[in-house]
Amino acid sequence: MIRRVFLWAGVVLVVLYAVFPFYWAVNGSLEPQSKLFRTPAQYLPIPPTVQSYRTAFQNESFLLSIRNSVIVAGGTTLLSLAIALLAASALARFRMRGAGVVLAIVLGMTMFPQISVVGALHSLISSLGLYNTLAGLILSYLLFTLPFTIWVLTEFMRALPRELEESAYIDGAAPLQVLWHVLIPLAMPGIATTGLLAFIAAWNEYLFALSFTITENVRTVPVVIAGFTGGGLHEVPWGPIMAASVTVTVPLVVLVFIFQRRLVQGLTAGALKD
Amino acid sequence: MKRVAIVTLCVLAILVGCRRDMTSNSGQVVLRIDADSVATSLAINQQLATEFERKTGAHIEIIKGPASASERLSQYLQYLGAKSPDIDIYQIDVIWPGMLAEHFIDLKPYFTPQELAAYFPSLLDNNTVAGRLVALPWFADAGMLYYRKDLLVAYGYQQPPARWDELGAMAERIQKAERAAGKRDIWGFVFQGRAYEGLTCDALEWQASSGGGRIIEQDGRISVNNPPTIRAFSRARGWIGTICPPGVTTYEEEEARHLFQEGNAVFMRNWPYAYSLANASDSPVRGKIDVTLLPTGGAGHMACLGGWQLSVSRYSPHQREAVEFVRFLASEYAEKLRAVKMSLLPSRMGLYEDKEVAAAIPFLASMKKTFLEAVPRPSNAAGEKYNEVSTRYFQAIHRVLTGSRSAEDAMRELDQTLREVMAR
Amino acid sequence: MISARSRPMSDLERREERTAWMLLIPALLVILLIGVVPLVQTFATSLSDAFMASARPARFVGLRNYAHLVRDREFWVALRNTLVFTFGTVSIESILGLAIALFLNADFRGRGLVRAAVLIPWALPTAVSARIWSYMLVDTYGVVNDLLVTRMHLFPHKVPWMAEPGLAMFSMMVIDIWKTTPFVALIVLAGLQLIPRQLYEAASVDGASRMRQFLSITLPLLRPSILVALIFRTLDALRVFDVIWVVTRGELETESLATYNFRHMIDFRNLGYGSAVSVLIFLVIAVFVSMYVTALRRRGTS
Repeated sequence: MIRRVFLWAGVVLVVLYAVFPFYWAVNGSLEPQSKLFRTPAQYLPIPPTVQSYRTAFQNESFLLSIRNSVIVAGGTTLLSLAIALLAASALARFRMRGAGVVLAIVLGMTMFPQISVVGALHSLISSLGLYNTLAGLILSYLLFTLPFTIWVLTEFMRALPRELEESAYIDGAAPLQVLWHVLIPLAMPGIATTGLLAFIAAWNEYLFALSFTITENVRTVPVVIAGFTGGGLHEVPWGPIMAASVTVTVPLVVLVFIFQRRLVQGLTAGALKD
Repeated sequence: MKRVAIVTLCVLAILVGCRRDMTSNSGQVVLRIDADSVATSLAINQQLATEFERKTGAHIEIIKGPASASERLSQYLQYLGAKSPDIDIYQIDVIWPGMLAEHFIDLKPYFTPQELAAYFPSLLDNNTVAGRLVALPWFADAGMLYYRKDLLVAYGYQQPPARWDELGAMAERIQKAERAAGKRDIWGFVFQGRAYEGLTCDALEWQASSGGGRIIEQDGRISVNNPPTIRAFSRARGWIGTICPPGVTTYEEEEARHLFQEGNAVFMRNWPYAYSLANASDSPVRGKIDVTLLPTGGAGHMACLGGWQLSVSRYSPHQREAVEFVRFLASEYAEKLRAVKMSLLPSRMGLYEDKEVAAAIPFLASMKKTFLEAVPRPSNAAGEKYNEVSTRYFQAIHRVLTGSRSAEDAMRELDQTLREVMAR
Repeated sequence: MISARSRPMSDLERREERTAWMLLIPALLVILLIGVVPLVQTFATSLSDAFMASARPARFVGLRNYAHLVRDREFWVALRNTLVFTFGTVSIESILGLAIALFLNADFRGRGLVRAAVLIPWALPTAVSARIWSYMLVDTYGVVNDLLVTRMHLFPHKVPWMAEPGLAMFSMMVIDIWKTTPFVALIVLAGLQLIPRQLYEAASVDGASRMRQFLSITLPLLRPSILVALIFRTLDALRVFDVIWVVTRGELETESLATYNFRHMIDFRNLGYGSAVSVLIFLVIAVFVSMYVTALRRRGTS
């Protein structure tokens, strides 16, 4: 019984740790800006005001950037998953020499600090004619979504039971058919996990988005929020920044809530399709 | 930046660059200006752009950059390094002419001496590198001392402090008394103490006003390791934890303003922008504040020069038209509009006697004197190495402020470091 | 999965290998394009004295940048700080992440909400969350001090979380652990799905306690997932930049390899030297990664 209490206390603490900064952002977005830096702090936004939200949404770039972020994050996720699934099935389920080397090279891609890669990627993206395009961003984001997507899916697929696959091959299925009808349903937890992580990583990326775009019509959310300015020269408009951040985070959390069952779908559930 | 690129990529880049010519089909000239995107400022800039478009038939696009100056600089370095023809006009910080001079055209041939005489000589000087005027001053900025006149009066002070020592004494007394009376969160003085460019500004003010020099003089001499400078920084170290909150070494402009505006600081060093915010209708200190020149340490009231300038890119395909737009933006008409609507201090001296501008900016009178005598940071003397010089400087001072180095040791090390840097 | 070759490949095996390589083509193309080209370019630049956005032509200087690098005391301090940060954050993240994953795997009312809530730190953009934290940690008006000092009286004075050497590093670790534990938790959670329930049922029948089951079934089978999560977390921790730049700018003995790199390459515009730093960071990370990968290879049967 004591153990249970401790367990639940621990969980409550962890959830508070995870959620409090977000709660603080929500609180700050609903308070008038003049009250944000008052001591002692106000924990509940009473009376609440939506002025910060109004200011954030009046910024046309902000709404446009949400659309851009959806396209870029969605495109990056789909493309990463597609490429990674092909690669992972090859590395995990086929006998081939050099699988370790390939995995090492994939990892090697992601071992440079982002700032070192920006310059080189910039000239690459420009020479491909993709500068200031959403496609250019998607391509550059693969740099950091592919490595963990390939690795996690490879490890995942290595651990899957072989019976279903073998019977499919015996029935004369081609590799791609096996991938689509057998492996993907089995690997759904891994796919949901990496898809979610990739989406969020692409959604929140700042440096490449700032460096590879120049006009407002292709700017993404983090860049636009960083560009929020207040009325004065050095002023930082906290209220609208909090409002904008809350606005773009809530859909992500809702997305997770909707798909979270896929994350914990066991091996037995959903695997027995023929 | 692309010097080491593979030849093929270079050729491709050039081809791609040619492809993206900025002139539209009808032959209309399109000018792109990378300017600050502060909300009201953007609206005014759009208005000015529209007027210019009507007059000349060119089309203006305003590119919005990051809010932070250092990020803006990184972006500019990318464009300029790639010799990008995409941006014609750059709004640059007062410390960038020295660093970016090679990328901008000389504006002197386009202006008569009379036209140039309208601007503050200190700003023109700042923007002239190796005899070339690489930027036209657009609006000016300088450090000021903010104070709570209600508190000063309550404790019997008729005038704000004229010397740094006086400020220290006043701040200590008022802070102690106010805390005893129940205001437990109040501090005496707040400034920009974080390890960033803003600290260079504040520290230069302490140093120069004590007669310690300007870090690097015009002739290249390094002046940091001298008694007045060491004294100035030791004095500042003494403030931390006594009249300044220990966290002041993490504060930028906004943190200082928040404290002051909530009534929790007696004195504040900040830029003019904070004035209208502190006097706004929702500010707890509305009507209780005033500004004055920064105190002296024995060698004059030194404010660090700030502000923004306009430059025309050497890689712009429309340099002549771009200069015309710059001329328009920095004209008396445009600067007055920006001063009245946004409280942006003009770079033209004539506007400091204008009644409408004075109505919009109550402390206008003291600013003219400030700008005429303001101390610039050594960006011209340091040239493209300015960032490194400034970084070593503010790092050294930050160590003094946080107590990890004595002022003597820090200045001795800094002197050596700066000599090495400049010798490279 | 890679069997040792002690005889020539049969036709079937050759065909299998060919199919495998064909499936790998998209990934390899992308890697070549956006992975290898920048790497090579960075290495090439590190052998020159290139200066950013300057008309001065870059000259070949051989290994001079590297020589300066190993003699720069600040580099070694940055390396030390980075290792401290990495060890501190990754170890806590893995334990916390594992615990959270185990909990999220369980059946209880409201688990959907808790799963979504726990992901929030990862979902907030870093640029924003770093700012929110530094706003919460301001000594005079931040909410953390308001809670801990003004309301709960845990300390006598307001604590300058970001202004003292030890405290600053601690604060940054707290922020980073907050942000990245969900990543670990999610990957481990995925790994938990691979463990067949029958194993637990059989063990229960045999009378094994929960702790015993955890130690001999769960942990060994989770090893690959934990190691994968560790690899990527270590990779990221060794390259930590944002949280340090926002909280201390690298002062107070918190400079990391990435902030040192940024300073020299972008701030000081020493592209050649900065590229050498990047290469060295790459090598440091490669050392760590190879240790992990060896551990991964030595795992038991799946």
